[in-house]
Amino acid sequence: MTISMIKTLKRFVAIALFAPALALAAGAQLHLDRATVSSDPAALQNGAKLFINYCLNCHSASFVRYNTLTGIGLTEDQIRDNLMFTGERVGDLMKIAMRPAESKAWFGATPPELALIARQRASEFGSGADWLYTYLRKFYRDPNRPTGWNNAIFENVGMPHALWELQGQQVATVTENADGTKHVELKLDKPGKLSVEDYDKAVNDLVSFLVWMGEPVADKRKSIGIFVLIFLAGLFVLSYALKKNYWKDIH
Amino acid sequence: MTTKSQALLNWVDARFPLTSNWKAHLSEYYAPKNFNFWYFFGSLALMVLVIQIVTGIFLTMHYKPDGTLNASGIPIAFASVEYIMREVPGGWLIRYMHSTGASAFFIVVYLHMFRGFLYGSYRKPRELIWVFGTLIFLCLMAEAFMGYLLPWGQMSYWGAQVIINLFSAIPVIGPDLSLVIRGDFVISDATLNRFFALHVIAVPLVLIGLVAAHIIALHEVGSNNPDGVEIKKKKDANGIPLDGIPFHPYYTVKDIVGVVVFLMFFTGVVFFWPEGGGYFLEYNNFIPADPLKTPPHIAPVWYFTPYYSVLRAVTYPLFGLDAKFWGVIAMGASVVVIAFLPWLDRSPAKSIRYRGPIFKSALAIFIVAFFILGYLGVLAPTPGRTLTAQICSVLYFGFFLLMPWYSKIDKCKPEPERVTFK
Repeated sequence: MTISMIKTLKRFVAIALFAPALALAAGAQLHLDRATVSSDPAALQNGAKLFINYCLNCHSASFVRYNTLTGIGLTEDQIRDNLMFTGERVGDLMKIAMRPAESKAWFGATPPELALIARQRASEFGSGADWLYTYLRKFYRDPNRPTGWNNAIFENVGMPHALWELQGQQVATVTENADGTKHVELKLDKPGKLSVEDYDKAVNDLVSFLVWMGEPVADKRKSIGIFVLIFLAGLFVLSYALKKNYWKDIH
Repeated sequence: MTTKSQALLNWVDARFPLTSNWKAHLSEYYAPKNFNFWYFFGSLALMVLVIQIVTGIFLTMHYKPDGTLNASGIPIAFASVEYIMREVPGGWLIRYMHSTGASAFFIVVYLHMFRGFLYGSYRKPRELIWVFGTLIFLCLMAEAFMGYLLPWGQMSYWGAQVIINLFSAIPVIGPDLSLVIRGDFVISDATLNRFFALHVIAVPLVLIGLVAAHIIALHEVGSNNPDGVEIKKKKDANGIPLDGIPFHPYYTVKDIVGVVVFLMFFTGVVFFWPEGGGYFLEYNNFIPADPLKTPPHIAPVWYFTPYYSVLRAVTYPLFGLDAKFWGVIAMGASVVVIAFLPWLDRSPAKSIRYRGPIFKSALAIFIVAFFILGYLGVLAPTPGRTLTAQICSVLYFGFFLLMPWYSKIDKCKPEPERVTFK
């Protein structure tokens, strides 16, 4: 097969796979920036630090234990000394003190449990990581909102910009597209502690951690899978030889 | 065999038909020697059934059918699935095998049914095998539907809501019927518990009984084959079909190869692609069920989408009854009509190899319509899509209901006397 044929075939397969997505997209478009999900322990550990400092006050991760973070290369002592502030034990689940009913009254919606957020937010527009990466970079100042914040891909979101110290404050110019949908253009008004590149990198680390937390076993799953497939390949050779031998007289 | 083990076997045989059953169903069950690719899917369906039962048993050891909220505000049923995924040793593997197994079951069964369409496996004398098979398919749908509620995610909840509401469209008894199914006025803990009971014991019992009937009926009349000719018509001096070979060892060793190849695809999904691109595990189902928040788009799992499309295609009220009611009737009929295939087909030839152009075209159109219906079932409806679904539904039913005429006038080729290898 020539390279161009393979390319055409690849494109055809891609279109066939994502056709439902494209058709759906005709309804409501959502443009997501692409996250670079990392499995580098340093990135994941930085993400864990950001998560515990900035997210775990309002959001819980109640399926995850603190010592599950040994999976990203931390020791239990490191977890205890650097990431635990409220007197739990290292085997405890990452629960929060705020009750769902109270937070609903305060924010208008209960802050979602985050253990599975990266798996929930996947859609035809992009992976869950893409959604989170875009969302956490698209907050802007909006005096009409009770929190003073709004979000370009999550209109009238209940969540204030928890990372504003790092990113700084963006302002929006909202224009209307020809089809009546809103277009939000963001501009950095007051810079934060981090430069734009460093903030994007920090969000990437945080998103990578959220992806890891969605399924901590994912890496182990894939490495076991390779051995299972190698075993089955060997079994295939044997079973095929067995079949051939039994069937040699059948015509 | 040593005399001691022979004596033991004799002892058992005097009390239980062990040797005679072994012979009747395996070592002296003569199957046509020309089975091709399409004949792997029966044994594979049986293997997926075993996978589902075994993984299901282990899942019930840790799963909790409880719709109430835990201290973190998460439904206990949903949290118990995550507990299996994260804390139970090997739990993620068992759960992914079970969730992938559900989709694999339908893939294998759809291919198994298509084999029947190709080679006329439903024709006389195999009508009852086919009827049992259709009932198995119905049971499988009920089993999958009820199982899908158990993880108690948003799609579990709202998918069940949509389907159970359909029953309320039935005149007179509808509202009470849907109340009985739910056990409550909304989908609730009561619904979850009864679906759990039905999913883990009631439907599987019926399913296993029907599978046994399906195989017993098959072994009574013998297997069809890609040529659609009866091998029992030509026998040797010992009464063994000339074109038959003992199922064991010939087809047991062949089916093992099929099983291994299937497992390579299956483990490929389980270990590397368990969400199946959002089709095997829907993304929205990672959100715990919330009775107060309806998702913007409720799509059934892929294996139900062709029938869901038929349901949505009916948009006209008739005889003073709601369009929804006729949609339910159409959806039910689209499954039940399959059972009548043995009596609708009047072709002189069984196998597609010797059938004429009319049947071949009809089958091709049917398959295309089925795929389009499946594809549309994933999407939110628009007027254009509804019209397409209506056309495809007519083609779907046309394939079955017009068969008595078009299969009769088709120009078939003569069937061979003996089976062939192609």
